[in-house]
Amino acid sequence: MASWDGPLNRIDYYRWEIPRSYKKGMRVPGLIYADEKMLPGIRQEQAAEQVANVAFLPGIVGHSLAMPDIHWGYGFPIGGVAATSTDEGVVSPGGVGYDINCGVRLLRTNLHEPEVRSRLEELLTQLFLNVPSGVGSTGKIRVGKKEIDDTLVKGARWAVGRGYGTDKDLEVTEEGGSLKGADPSKVSDKAKQRGSPQSGTLGSGNHFIEVQAVDEIYEPDIARTMGIEEPGQVLLLIHTGSRGLGHQVCDDYVRALRQAAARYDIELPDRELACAPVSSREGKDYLAAMACAANYAWANRQCITHWARESFGNVFGLSQAKMGLEMVYDVAHNIAKIETYEVDGRRRELCVHRKGATRAFPPGHPDLPTRYRGTGQPVLIPGDMGRCSYVAVGTERAVQESFGSVCHGAGRVMSRHAARRSWQDADVTRELASRGILVRAASKGSLAEEASRAYKDIDEVVDVCHNAGLCRKVVRAVPMGVVKG
Amino acid sequence: MARFDIIEHTADTGIKAYGATLEEAFANAAYGMFTLIADPETVRETLSREINVEADDREALLVAWLNELLYVLDVEQLVFKRFTVLDLNDTHLSAEAHGEPIDTRRHVLRPGVKAATFYMLRIDESDGVSVQVILDT
Repeated sequence: MASWDGPLNRIDYYRWEIPRSYKKGMRVPGLIYADEKMLPGIRQEQAAEQVANVAFLPGIVGHSLAMPDIHWGYGFPIGGVAATSTDEGVVSPGGVGYDINCGVRLLRTNLHEPEVRSRLEELLTQLFLNVPSGVGSTGKIRVGKKEIDDTLVKGARWAVGRGYGTDKDLEVTEEGGSLKGADPSKVSDKAKQRGSPQSGTLGSGNHFIEVQAVDEIYEPDIARTMGIEEPGQVLLLIHTGSRGLGHQVCDDYVRALRQAAARYDIELPDRELACAPVSSREGKDYLAAMACAANYAWANRQCITHWARESFGNVFGLSQAKMGLEMVYDVAHNIAKIETYEVDGRRRELCVHRKGATRAFPPGHPDLPTRYRGTGQPVLIPGDMGRCSYVAVGTERAVQESFGSVCHGAGRVMSRHAARRSWQDADVTRELASRGILVRAASKGSLAEEASRAYKDIDEVVDVCHNAGLCRKVVRAVPMGVVKG
Repeated sequence: MARFDIIEHTADTGIKAYGATLEEAFANAAYGMFTLIADPETVRETLSREINVEADDREALLVAWLNELLYVLDVEQLVFKRFTVLDLNDTHLSAEAHGEPIDTRRHVLRPGVKAATFYMLRIDESDGVSVQVILDT
């Protein structure tokens, strides 16, 4: 792959700017959060060029941003954040991606590492059996033609209505698990046909369910608010998205908006950046369909949560109250949201695209549930399955400079293909087992592709966000057992 | 000559497929994509599906063709191993895909593909035909 040798001007230790002068047509500069030792890796691929390309989007404000987990994507870089004005700006489906509302959900438990480790194998088997995963997997819930519309409007609220979880879960889900503005009539029949059989499935690729143990607590008071009290406490992390329904919605609208971009005379350096004005019919239709797919994903994570709770119950023979499998939070990391920010001294309504980036609202933000008003929004940042994951909270600084956004994970450094060529599933299983981490996978090759060495070091990525002031680290957790799609 | 090569891409997976004709290159692109879904050695041909897609241009047609196959995979739970492109012009493609229903006990299933994208999409007819597409994986 070609390396990138464009300008990265140092602003401070964690901020690097791509000036507007780099490429004719950039409306704003690019800004990459990284430390110096990450730069050679960033320059090895074309992600920085994608940051510059995103700066072409009409109505973009501030900077075209990239978080330290930045890596080469299609259209937008992964780890990319772009805010466009809702009056004069555009919305781009490529700025959300095919897996709309791919996201993560964290649950805490009253259980501790020794008691879970002794039953870990059984627990992973239960999770693997109870949550359908892998290519072509279909769900245990049959969602009819009429009911799918209900899912698309209500999201996680639909799932709770069907007995999967409680209202308490919804309170600590971004948008309450149902994004407003969802209009199922804007979602194609093809998308609904793909979504019907897949409701309540994990999928494959990098999606997972991970049993973790708390390793370090940086902010005990904030952690306590999240129900996390001490090292060794067991957590459960779920990572999945909107499955084939989301993929179809994105595909449908990238096609539709390619035509719209031509009609509105928008010139773009990359076809995958197809877009339309936020205020246009096409732009509004996309946002209404995207909200449906986002809601589908929240319903999906809600159903999986229910089966995860059942799995724990089956293995430990304890009541849910005793096990305390309660939600800490649920975040979307592939989404576009209409949010208000102060730009150049003026309050402006913006369409914030987060393509592999997590919302990170500060203490006191009106959109936060009462429980987190004082602490700031929990930000869930999974690392690879061999290292660790973080829980952080958002800050005021993130609102001021990154449209309330931080990184979403470690970010890949090695392609899936190269990883598969370098080692086998069995090598990865053995290496993890030698460190006490058990794995189950539905697909051949997924463990090799998801091996630690294919990813950046999550500690370094999160440290950049923490040190740059975009979030504050609260808890670090290490994996005990992983179910991979 | 190989039917296709994998293009290195950090987050996703690219396919560059070859053919004596555009039809053959499109068929090989689909074959390449399905090697990421289920090992073709383990898939039998017990049925076929007729695929018809429309798009604005040939590049978009390649994306539409691959995404239509992913749609059939999701909705009917079918995996394919052989593809015959019957008719292909600038805006229309009709083809047949041959394969069978997913059988998790017999098929070696891979992590799969989310979608074909428009990024780095290329059709080159200067020396034989090659087509290139980046898949969201």
